[in-house]
Amino acid sequence: MKYTLIDHTADFGIRVSGSDLKDLFENTAYAMFDLIIDAELSKDGKEFDISVSGYDLPDLMFNWLRELLYLFAGKEMVIKKADIVSISENRLSARITYSDYDPGRHEIKNEIKAVTYHQLKVENKSDGWETIIIFDV
Amino acid sequence: MNIMSELKRIDDYRWEVPKTGAMHVPGRVYTSARMMKTLEKEDALRQVSNVATLPGIISASLAMPDIHWGYGFPIGGVAAFDWDNGVISPGGVGYDINCGVRLAVTSLEKKDLKPRLDELANALYQNVPSGIGSTGSIKLSIKDEKKVLEQGSRWAVRQGFGEDNDIENTEDNGCMENADPSEISGRALERGRKQLGTLGSGNHFIEVGYVEEIYDEETARRFGLYKDQVTLMIHSGSRGLGYQVCDDSLAKMTKHVRKLDFEIPDRQLSCAMIQSKEGQQYFNAMACAANYAWANRQVLMHLSRETFQRVFRIGPGSLGMNLVYDVCHNIAKKEEHVVEGKKRIVCVHRKGATRSFPPGHIALPERYRDTGQPILIPGDMGTASYVLSGTQKAMEETFGSTCHGAGRVLSRTAAKKASKGRALHRELQDMGVLVKWTGRSTLAEEMPEAYKDISQVVEVVHEAGISRKVAKLKPSVVIKG
Repeated sequence: MKYTLIDHTADFGIRVSGSDLKDLFENTAYAMFDLIIDAELSKDGKEFDISVSGYDLPDLMFNWLRELLYLFAGKEMVIKKADIVSISENRLSARITYSDYDPGRHEIKNEIKAVTYHQLKVENKSDGWETIIIFDV
Repeated sequence: MNIMSELKRIDDYRWEVPKTGAMHVPGRVYTSARMMKTLEKEDALRQVSNVATLPGIISASLAMPDIHWGYGFPIGGVAAFDWDNGVISPGGVGYDINCGVRLAVTSLEKKDLKPRLDELANALYQNVPSGIGSTGSIKLSIKDEKKVLEQGSRWAVRQGFGEDNDIENTEDNGCMENADPSEISGRALERGRKQLGTLGSGNHFIEVGYVEEIYDEETARRFGLYKDQVTLMIHSGSRGLGYQVCDDSLAKMTKHVRKLDFEIPDRQLSCAMIQSKEGQQYFNAMACAANYAWANRQVLMHLSRETFQRVFRIGPGSLGMNLVYDVCHNIAKKEEHVVEGKKRIVCVHRKGATRSFPPGHIALPERYRDTGQPILIPGDMGTASYVLSGTQKAMEETFGSTCHGAGRVLSRTAAKKASKGRALHRELQDMGVLVKWTGRSTLAEEMPEAYKDISQVVEVVHEAGISRKVAKLKPSVVIKG
């Protein structure tokens, strides 16, 4: 899994790549949770289906990540895996695998308050797709 | 083109970003030659000029000396928009709506603190919930939560978390009247339900310190401050509820702004005309989060007050913990200002900036009518915090605004690197500061070197005349989330 940290003075972000859109959106979900929490994929993971829409790809990425972040911050779901079932420029559906947040088992590494729209990019490069997202921490 | 080279020096403390391209007004930065260096690495000045492109902006896009790179709007930015023909932007307020500071004094003196320092630090750490996602002892029903959103500090005081005069010593009496809980999403309500009375994480703190130096005897006396007096400072905001309100509003506005007849240089600058349905919805939802933050700081102060009483084994009368003032530094306000000789109603966005109202302003409580508003500027956890007062010059130049704190110079990763192999808590102890913290990397990320020198920031606003130095506080105990 490839992602790199972008280091800004007040905040930080990630640069993530993927072979196609499905791969990109899955990798980005993984990267965000990798930043937030130390968690391994466990056998007792529960599954949950969601769909997200957006008016273009950056908006779709923004809404995808903020939906996942809400599931963590609001519903205390630690997301281990996100499988994109279908994706277009305006809509995606996904099956996510999660476990309930357990302070004894999960250590929070970074608090991400929000996904920002600042300088958000989703681009088709010669060797695949790339996205840049800045988080408010 | 490098924006640094376009900067024009006005005087020793003011620089202008000339009006170019799509900018409606110039930018104006309050800084010093010394502090300019910290600006060079950043895109923060570009952000000052981006804000100047938004419709209805008046006079100038302003930046305080603690400016640093933000998302969309810079942190340390001030922008006023015409109430009838201007915009309101969630990105101009920030995620932590009504993040702010309150300062209380006590009848205790520095010498009383020393023998109980450890006990006090431990007790505060135990009694005040802190850390990421921390939940409080107050669990609100949705019905009560809506009352918090409508009433702010008043709700907290009515529940017994404080005293009546705490309310008048809070900016806007701890309540924005336009709050409308029907504009708050179920998600925001859910996140806010369990977090009232919690400190949070990151740069939020509770600090017990003492008055180290007085610069203006008369004003200090009116603020109730004297040398060696023990003080309590609280820095916190609207917690998950505020983030969710910003998040919800930003998602709505990025869709909305596409229908308007202007281009924004960054989606994080998404906005709506203040008078539109979307603009009013955000303004009324933001007010709810602001009220939540005031209630939150009120409860935090109450928990601290109880802790002091227990540790020092004294009653509330002998402790004499009185609120000096409570300020917000992430907010948008409807205010009247005189622009080029004419009274105008404007929407002032202060993102990492503090209100600095002058003597005589009608919004100030009676006791501060002739001193100007108390302004609270926290520094990093090792150095000092400042108390300033508001000035007429701020009204004339900065829509009654000044700086809010030190401002970061090191990224969190850089701070962690710089702290490798060091025992920061011991270094702080050597500086006379006892620190308790929750998060694994909080201490490293918040180390003193990660911030600008607060005394330089304060020097700029004092010399530029947009606020005046009153007193300096030295920290003794710091509780971090």
